[in-house]
Amino acid sequence: MSDTKVKKMLFILSKATIENVYAAFVMANGARMEGIESEIFFTFFGLEAIQKKKLEHLHVATVGNPAMHIPTMLGGLPGMEAFATKMMKKEMEKLDMPPVGEFLEILSDSGCKLWACKLAVDMFHLKEDDLIEDLDGVLTIGDFYGRANEEGTQILFI
Amino acid sequence: MDLNIAGIRLDVTEDGYLTDLSQWNEEIATELAKKEGIELTDKHWEVIAWIQEQVKNDVALSVRGIKKSGVIDIKQFYALFPGGPLKISTKIAGVPKPKSCI
Repeated sequence: MSDTKVKKMLFILSKATIENVYAAFVMANGARMEGIESEIFFTFFGLEAIQKKKLEHLHVATVGNPAMHIPTMLGGLPGMEAFATKMMKKEMEKLDMPPVGEFLEILSDSGCKLWACKLAVDMFHLKEDDLIEDLDGVLTIGDFYGRANEEGTQILFI
Repeated sequence: MDLNIAGIRLDVTEDGYLTDLSQWNEEIATELAKKEGIELTDKHWEVIAWIQEQVKNDVALSVRGIKKSGVIDIKQFYALFPGGPLKISTKIAGVPKPKSCI
């Protein structure tokens, strides 16, 4: 065991671009692997990552993302996002990074709690059936703050 | 660094990982496990054997690999080696600390 003072990591995932979703997943899983508790609260567009029909179709952002090194005008052309996403997924597979659905299973099996934001679920008119089976529940932000119930808890907004 | 276990002097890294798998034996594994607060069962031994096999075959260890191992599922893995299963199981198995982020 390391001597880290972090005991619990609470992530709020508000975006559904691949790079943000994987950032949250890798950090949440990495926490569990170190014996640190972790939970993810999916809100606004982050909810796409736990919708059965959408989770395998997330894209990398090619517009407004200078690190892609694609001119913004080109990034907006039809098919660009799909192409860039395909390339990125290929690279991720090389590193043995699981697809979103499998990653969620790994997280859930590892004891990472997965929550949907009640306000966003209502706003997007989502039903329980639209969301993954491994979801631990639908919470208000107040409930989620309540999860920060021990010394050494960190909350991170992505 | 040196570590004395079961009357044998072992070479270990700063984190307590054996640097030479040939020094490993079941008695040492049992003692290493005790230090982690784990009493080894048949299932533990099965996982340890699988981990050593992966390392011998140069396969990088990850939690995804555990899922696909067919030896154990992730829930059991966390239950058997609580508090950082991949780090702890590899330490007991006498193999290097995994470098994977996943």
